[in-house]
Amino acid sequence: MTDLATRPAEVSALRRIDWPTMIRRYGAAAVLALLVIFNIIFTENFLDLRNILFVQLRQAAPTAIVALGMALVIATGGIDLSVGAVVALSGQVTAVFLLDGVPPLVALPIGILVGLAAGLFNGTLVSRFGIQPMIATLVLFTAGRGLAQVVTGGRIQTVNEPIVEFLGLGVIAGLPISVFSLIVITIAIIGVTRFTPAGTKLLAVGGNERAAGLVGIRTKWVKTMAYVVAGGLAGYVGLLELGRIQASDATNAGLNMELDAIAAVAVAGTTLAGGTFSPGRTIIGVLMLRLLQNTLVAHGIPREVAQIAQGLIIVAAIYLLRRSRDAR
Amino acid sequence: MSAATADVATVGHRLALQRRGTVAVLVLVVLLASLRYGDAFYSGINLTSYFDDAVKYSLIALGMTFVIMTGGIDLSVGSVILLAGVAGGLASPYGAVVAVLVGVGTGAAVGAVNGLLIAHSRLEPFVVTLATLLWARGLGLQLADTQTVVYGSGALQSLARDKIFGLTTGFWLMLLLFAIAAVALKYTAWGRTVLAVGDSEESTSLLGVPTRMTKFSVYLLSGALAGLAGVVLGSQTGSVSMDTGVGWELIAVAAVVVGGTLLTGGVGSIGGTLAGLLLLQVIFTIINFENGRGGIEINSYWQNVVRGAFLLVVVLLQTGVGRGRRKAS
Repeated sequence: MTDLATRPAEVSALRRIDWPTMIRRYGAAAVLALLVIFNIIFTENFLDLRNILFVQLRQAAPTAIVALGMALVIATGGIDLSVGAVVALSGQVTAVFLLDGVPPLVALPIGILVGLAAGLFNGTLVSRFGIQPMIATLVLFTAGRGLAQVVTGGRIQTVNEPIVEFLGLGVIAGLPISVFSLIVITIAIIGVTRFTPAGTKLLAVGGNERAAGLVGIRTKWVKTMAYVVAGGLAGYVGLLELGRIQASDATNAGLNMELDAIAAVAVAGTTLAGGTFSPGRTIIGVLMLRLLQNTLVAHGIPREVAQIAQGLIIVAAIYLLRRSRDAR
Repeated sequence: MSAATADVATVGHRLALQRRGTVAVLVLVVLLASLRYGDAFYSGINLTSYFDDAVKYSLIALGMTFVIMTGGIDLSVGSVILLAGVAGGLASPYGAVVAVLVGVGTGAAVGAVNGLLIAHSRLEPFVVTLATLLWARGLGLQLADTQTVVYGSGALQSLARDKIFGLTTGFWLMLLLFAIAAVALKYTAWGRTVLAVGDSEESTSLLGVPTRMTKFSVYLLSGALAGLAGVVLGSQTGSVSMDTGVGWELIAVAAVVVGGTLLTGGVGSIGGTLAGLLLLQVIFTIINFENGRGGIEINSYWQNVVRGAFLLVVVLLQTGVGRGRRKAS
């Protein structure tokens, strides 16, 4: 914290080296690096591979996957408040189907379909009806968790299903499923946004929607797709969370995940105004905020105080980013 | 959304229509409910809890209305209610006046932090108040040691429950504040500036109007009102529990939108927010009432579904407003 607080002075003094841009690009990574170094020195067993892969990264991966979808939506100049509720809804619908004896091969895809459908709903409201993203996604934020509670009747029921257990505890290529999924999804998203026209279109829509429309980009379609992808990823995370909890829990699954995701995107140096997208930095943002939380809690600091620190570091981060915006 | 001034006039006209619609539906719903349930609808617990809930939500919705009119958003109000409610509760042994001052002061202080960061440092309202949502809740939990804070039995405890002309003092306070706010919006330079900033900050600034001060003031006001809501809540129920305020900011946003205030700023109505809030609340009261009579089987989980569906209907109706804007341009 003190490290961050002293930086604004440096920023104005050393502007010629373009510190603002450096901070915007690498600030979150630098804080993450500092946290890692601190933990290596002061936290017992931190460097243990099992801790890093199966505790730290496994905890962060679901939020990171959701944050990638959020970053896509924010790149178009939108916001998706519904992702946490969609995580709950997809997981609960799948849980109820599994409990009713529906084969996993049907129940799991249904969970992802629920997420895609939710994204399509959001995207349609935003792009076809021109409803402001915050309000459009507020509908499912409210109704989505309500529906999840309705389908489960609010009950917490254990789901005994090998595939669910596998999602929660399974290992692929030495990695927990959630971490493996995050890597695959990140590669896919980077591949599509860097090496196909989709990425350019995405940023064009977020940068200047009218101009993008005038050069022939189907802006409504691009925006809708961003919400569909975000919904689909939230749907998949719903399955991962179901695997993690091994039970239906409509009230807590995915709770506040939208806030964590938005915070991570903001900390990563993306303005909510749209026009920028950086999957790598988004993931670093998630890891940084999560490790900050875990570090404080591991060193005996109460969760509430850790929450205060999280709030302050978000403010500090966007305060530093503001300068880079001015400089541009 | 860079609306030309002419468009705003059209949108304002249509939103005025929507507000009348909201009020009309509110009156209609209340009338229908009275016919169906008779005196039972107005008696006892039902009405008391309705008005109590309405007070705490409406205070944050009032602050939110001004914030949204400037084109901003305040996501922190739910956490501020907790923090101020806790602070007020800890101060309550020193008397009602102290507790109210501490509660409102705490809220105003948090609002001032938001306002400084947004108006002076020009940070994004959404992210700033999201961060405040986190730290203010953390601070509230820490201050309360994560235990429910009990309000000392004293003047304060009866304050919000005392009835004048059949309604609680809390409800009268709410009506008074809304009346003052409506007058301030319409007839003071500050009120006109709030709308002007939301319409076009740049041109308002070019006219020499202190836009920063105006933006700062709406977040300060929003914080102070949330602080007041926290103390009022403590005064109503005698305690503030640790899950207080979770998600309330979005209830407030929904009421503001239903009440015909444009999220992009520049157009809005104080009375509309009150009507929107009362309408949303009356619908849930009726759902509860129907449940109580065994008329329908709707468990409490459906409430959120209904809330979302209702919001959907309203925003879809509002797209008529949006279409009007496009035609006008």
